[in-house]
Amino acid sequence: MIVVAVVHVLLALLLAPLLPGVINRTKAALAGRRGQPLLQAYFDLGKLLRKDVVYSTTTTWVFRAGPSAALAALLVALAIVPFANARALLAFPGDLLLFAYLLGLARFSLVTAALDTGSSFEGMGASREVTFSALAEPALLLGLVAMAREAGSVSLSDVYTRLAPVSLVEGGGPVLLLVAAAFGVVYLAENARIPFDDPNTHLELTMIHEVLILDHSGPDLAFLQYGAALKLWLLGSLAVGILIPLHGAPPVPAMLGGLAGMFLLAVVTGVIESTMARLRLVRVPQLLVGATLLSLLALLMVLA
Amino acid sequence: MNGWETALKGLVDTLIVFVVLANMRLLGASRLGSCIRVVALQGILLGLIPLVSQGGHLGLRVVLQAAVSTVLKGIVFPALLIRAVRESGSRRELAPIVGYTPSLLTGGGLLALALWLGGRLPLPPTATSSLLVPVALFTIMVGLFMIVARRKAITQVLGYLAMENGIFAFGLAFAEKEPFLVEMGILLDAFMAVFVMGIMVYQINREFDHIDADRLSALKD
Repeated sequence: MIVVAVVHVLLALLLAPLLPGVINRTKAALAGRRGQPLLQAYFDLGKLLRKDVVYSTTTTWVFRAGPSAALAALLVALAIVPFANARALLAFPGDLLLFAYLLGLARFSLVTAALDTGSSFEGMGASREVTFSALAEPALLLGLVAMAREAGSVSLSDVYTRLAPVSLVEGGGPVLLLVAAAFGVVYLAENARIPFDDPNTHLELTMIHEVLILDHSGPDLAFLQYGAALKLWLLGSLAVGILIPLHGAPPVPAMLGGLAGMFLLAVVTGVIESTMARLRLVRVPQLLVGATLLSLLALLMVLA
Repeated sequence: MNGWETALKGLVDTLIVFVVLANMRLLGASRLGSCIRVVALQGILLGLIPLVSQGGHLGLRVVLQAAVSTVLKGIVFPALLIRAVRESGSRRELAPIVGYTPSLLTGGGLLALALWLGGRLPLPPTATSSLLVPVALFTIMVGLFMIVARRKAITQVLGYLAMENGIFAFGLAFAEKEPFLVEMGILLDAFMAVFVMGIMVYQINREFDHIDADRLSALKD
């Protein structure tokens, strides 16, 4: 089993930058363009890693530590998340909370690094990032708690290996669907995808994620972009793990099924981005509260 | 219980969850048109539940009741209301007294209250689904909340309709015991109410150039 877990981590490390590529190609195809190469994210990472870093004189060690700390937190989170109905590399009771707060730690280091630049522009981005993630967090946590209660365990690996089999047609189906929908919204919000934030815009007063990383350069920026790809993978595998029933499949087909699910989710994200406009900032909290209510409803149904 | 019945029960639960989601959408919707459509959709979903929950053995009574309520709530009411909105020429945005996000949060609270209350009511056990009674209570509460927390006369009609949906859901939980005549009577009442309110909204609008119900309370005779 440990071999499967290691392979899953390696696959995630290797394939995560492909997800933004798939999203971009989907958007390009729907807009009638050819679009960037699928491997563009890898090229960007390679280019950035070979560059020098430029630090502003107003920044301190907080700014320098930010990208590495964020990436480290996401890498640990990757070891906790089960993929394709197999147990994760690290599994222990309570890793569910650790997962949510590792994401929080990554965000914290990113936000403090942005604030450290002293730029009012980045301060605005930091404020928005924190506001929206504070609203997305209850949706994620309540959903996880509902699933934990249904599965009778507080370890992500247990939850996902026990619940995916209770597939969607049998009892517990509505609960899982609600949680999956909430996780879908969290996936879009946390990854700064379109109804919440437009990843294509630069230097606009409404953007969130891009503004946080404006002052980073070279390998630091590469770390942040790789971290963003890993985050797509992490939150995506939470939603895919619920929706794709892989119970009882041998490791290799299960793995292929999981990968297919991840890339399908990326295609769906691309379709959403092509067909929807970004929400007005004042409407964003409403959607996130809606997602929280979905999770709450799932939890209440489990408790009732 | 065999697999077929389990699947049907799962389907009923899914329909009920969609009814709850329709309530949430109603609380968060900012346009009259989408409110009307959501209430209509809720009516159709509720009309489907008895057809599914009875499984293979459908009685004529159940089919007739489902058909009448679906046609009325899914087609006739929304058509009447959309016509009323168009004729009154009012702005399509709602003017909420309680904002959309607080409304949604209130909805969460009401749902918890309804589940707690539904578990404590001394009712005979239902064959359909244990969720049906709490969801019926929740729908009634959301209807009342819509009447209180929105300004337009049309939204008060919608709140009234949501309440009727809730009462219908409550009736579904005891489908075998409830007389057919009572259900039809309620539907007829709702039909008359929507009909009369549709005309009244038009008249109010012609008289005062708006349909804001809270400003009616300041009228002097």
